[in-house]
Amino acid sequence: MASHAIVGAEENYLEVKGRHSGIFAWIFSTDHKRIGILYLISISVFFLAAITIGIFMRLEQLTMGPTLMQPHTYNQLFTLHGVIMIFLFIIPGIMATFGNFILPIHIGAKDVAFPRLNLLSWWLYLAGAVLALFAILSKNGMADTGWTFYVPYSVRTGTNVVLAVMAAFVLGFSSILTGLNFITTVHQMRAPGMTWFRMSLFVWGLYATGWIQVLATPVVGITLLLVMLERVFHIGVFDPGMGGDPILYQHLFWIYSHPAVYLMVLPGMGVVSEIIPTFARRTIFGYKLIAYSSLAIALVGSLVWGHHMFVSGQSYTASVVFSLLTFFVAIPTAIKVFNWVATLYKGSIVLEVPMLYALAFLFHFMIGGFTGLMLGTLSVDVHLHDTYFVVGHFHYTMFGGTGFALFGALYYWLPKMSGKMFKKKLAVAAFILQIIGFNMMYFTMMIIGYQGMPRRYFDHLPKFHTGHVVITVGSWILVTGLLMMIGNVVWAVFKGERVGNNPWGGTTLEWQISSPPPPENFDEIPEIDHGPYDHNVEVSK
Amino acid sequence: MEHKETTHTIGYTVYIFIWLGLVVLTGLTVVVAGVDLRQIAVAVAILIASIKSVLVMNYFMHLKYEPPLFKLMVSVLIVTFFIFIGLTFSDILFRY
Amino acid sequence: MSNHSHAIVAHKHPSDFVGAKIGMWLFLFTEVLLFGGLFILYGVYRTKYPQEFHTAAVELNTFIGAINTLFLLTSSLTVVLAIESLQRGKRKLSITFLIITILFGIGFMINKYFEWSAKIHHGIYPGSPELLKHSGGEIVFFNLYYTMTGLHGLHVLVGMVILSFMLYFIARKPVRTEHISFEALENIRGKSRLSVIADNGNELGVVSDIDDKVEFIDVRLTYEPVPEKTDPRNLIKLENSGLYWHLIDIIWIFLFPLFYLIT
Repeated sequence: MASHAIVGAEENYLEVKGRHSGIFAWIFSTDHKRIGILYLISISVFFLAAITIGIFMRLEQLTMGPTLMQPHTYNQLFTLHGVIMIFLFIIPGIMATFGNFILPIHIGAKDVAFPRLNLLSWWLYLAGAVLALFAILSKNGMADTGWTFYVPYSVRTGTNVVLAVMAAFVLGFSSILTGLNFITTVHQMRAPGMTWFRMSLFVWGLYATGWIQVLATPVVGITLLLVMLERVFHIGVFDPGMGGDPILYQHLFWIYSHPAVYLMVLPGMGVVSEIIPTFARRTIFGYKLIAYSSLAIALVGSLVWGHHMFVSGQSYTASVVFSLLTFFVAIPTAIKVFNWVATLYKGSIVLEVPMLYALAFLFHFMIGGFTGLMLGTLSVDVHLHDTYFVVGHFHYTMFGGTGFALFGALYYWLPKMSGKMFKKKLAVAAFILQIIGFNMMYFTMMIIGYQGMPRRYFDHLPKFHTGHVVITVGSWILVTGLLMMIGNVVWAVFKGERVGNNPWGGTTLEWQISSPPPPENFDEIPEIDHGPYDHNVEVSK
Repeated sequence: MEHKETTHTIGYTVYIFIWLGLVVLTGLTVVVAGVDLRQIAVAVAILIASIKSVLVMNYFMHLKYEPPLFKLMVSVLIVTFFIFIGLTFSDILFRY
Repeated sequence: MSNHSHAIVAHKHPSDFVGAKIGMWLFLFTEVLLFGGLFILYGVYRTKYPQEFHTAAVELNTFIGAINTLFLLTSSLTVVLAIESLQRGKRKLSITFLIITILFGIGFMINKYFEWSAKIHHGIYPGSPELLKHSGGEIVFFNLYYTMTGLHGLHVLVGMVILSFMLYFIARKPVRTEHISFEALENIRGKSRLSVIADNGNELGVVSDIDDKVEFIDVRLTYEPVPEKTDPRNLIKLENSGLYWHLIDIIWIFLFPLFYLIT
């Protein structure tokens, strides 16, 4: 079918009229920018839901013994908190929101390779969310297994495991399609002159992430399918009573779920690689190393899953092998950190709000990374496994790292996406509250974890009580900061001051088109003749 | 706007010969299964299956005639799968 | 001379076929890893239970397994022949090969039905009391058998559905749509009349009652295709469908010896 939409030159992607009107113009749109915003709104809603659950979890721990709920409910809450945060917030996270919006623009394209598939990804994402809702609301209530759904409990428990697991399965499919779309886009749709090493590092991050999505997600797909089959048809491949081995479940589960954390962090690192050159006013140090390290993290990160299983009963040989490989995965990450710091050195640093978040990422991710190495050390892990130390570790990486990178991306690209600027002083105040609250919570968790506080327990011993109170108060401070941030962003979209093409002085392609961008991004596809972070080239503000 | 068309045709005959090869290999694998090869029986079966798959991939799926990128991607897939199965065996070989 | 507008419309070129193929191959990778998880389980359990797997495998019908292998291999042949003939513009031949492919798929599923019914009739199915009397290794063998051949059969069904859609796309008359959008209609006020005029001057169609609320008009041309001018989009769709079908074939190429031919 031939088609050619001729639009007025003044219209941007928010205003342009097509075949549909009203909300249908958004939910049936195949424009990558609108899809990115649909994802942004969706993940924000689910983020708020999961935070609320977290608040209730922390309230429960405010006093010893039952405070607000019974143990069974607490188990359901931490399962739900994990499922929402991981599958509905962080994994789609930066990739589906800013990745969708920015990727085609960064490579000089009009859209992704498969725009309709892109829309399908979002609809599948919603379908997964609806299934999760059914899991919560229908008769036996949300699963109480933890987001890891370990057998045998996930097979035996009466709660809605099948629905919860089906939701995760559908969400995995959404993730796969996004990854497939982005990989093809990067290969096929770069503008003339845009060689691989002239692409932005954000795109390199998205590309590496796409590969993990395509290669790792199907493995958890089959694993979850097997749990469903075991519950419904009694196919007991993990059941020792039927000759099965429950540790194999853990292998298959973590073959995906460890690379999944790199799904989360690689786009975040890509964002940091964008923000730092812009606000240090110089080109990135070690571009090729950072680009290659993204691929290296994807590769080596697929070799380490057994470090979640040191005390599961797997062979000592496997544990030693996985521990060694875990140390190796720190290397490409360290390379990135060194390069970012080297970029800051002798740069003209501007402490705009996105830069604050990039710096916070560096700080938090280093703590997260070091504690990860501690956990990767076999002898230490025997003591720390399943304690609050682990909870602290992964919140530092996933939340302090990726989460803060997402917030940085939000502030960085909001002016481009909406054409409006947020209130900067409010943003800084929110940032300070977030930093204080976040570290109060998760540093304390590592302390009490080290002292022996187990995770996924609805109650605690007296010696941990002070720690828990500190953590709960920290959660209130953190949430206040988060709500201030969200309020600021929403205010900006409606009432913020208008900005031009390039309020931050960035050098990548998105800053050369209007804010908000035109429907097809570029009036003419650009020809590229230099790298992405060339601060010597004259860029219009 | 540039576009590439796929116009390479390799001819009906080639396909039919490949199919004959596949049928022969199927017969071979059935026959070999009747011979007691002890330890290497599994390896032989998987080897024959792999040869058949390579024929299907290269000719029926056109991989041999596609740009190098496709072959690179397929190798990434195969390496990934071997990593997954190999590291899993680092556990079970030392436990069973 | 009447005041009329010529709409100059841009055609969308046949989209990037290499891109479409890359996308399809990537999707196939996900299928390989989906089954890959099951093959890993098979590998592990066979290492653990070599003897029991042998005992259990004896109960499967090698003859039907071999026939099914031949069915799928031949259907892979016919699907590439369908593609080859479509590339040469031979639409009817292509349709014939496609139909044969689908028939082989149906044959495969019928065999599967008989195999499974026989097993279930003998009380061997997941969770059955009869199965649970066997040793652990044999139970695992049959659980894996049902899961892997079942998932594979599901994919064969999906493949047949996809090929049936391709049959429809290739068999039907192509439609070309020209889309005239608002700017070209801007100068029209009040009720207008749209005439479609061929190059020999004949008026092919007239539409009245186009008022200034109309934003765009689609003109659809349905035509009898010439053998040489096959819609290239059908070609890439058929190639991608063929790729999916071949993957199903490859998975069975491994399933057959691993389940049916254990010495």
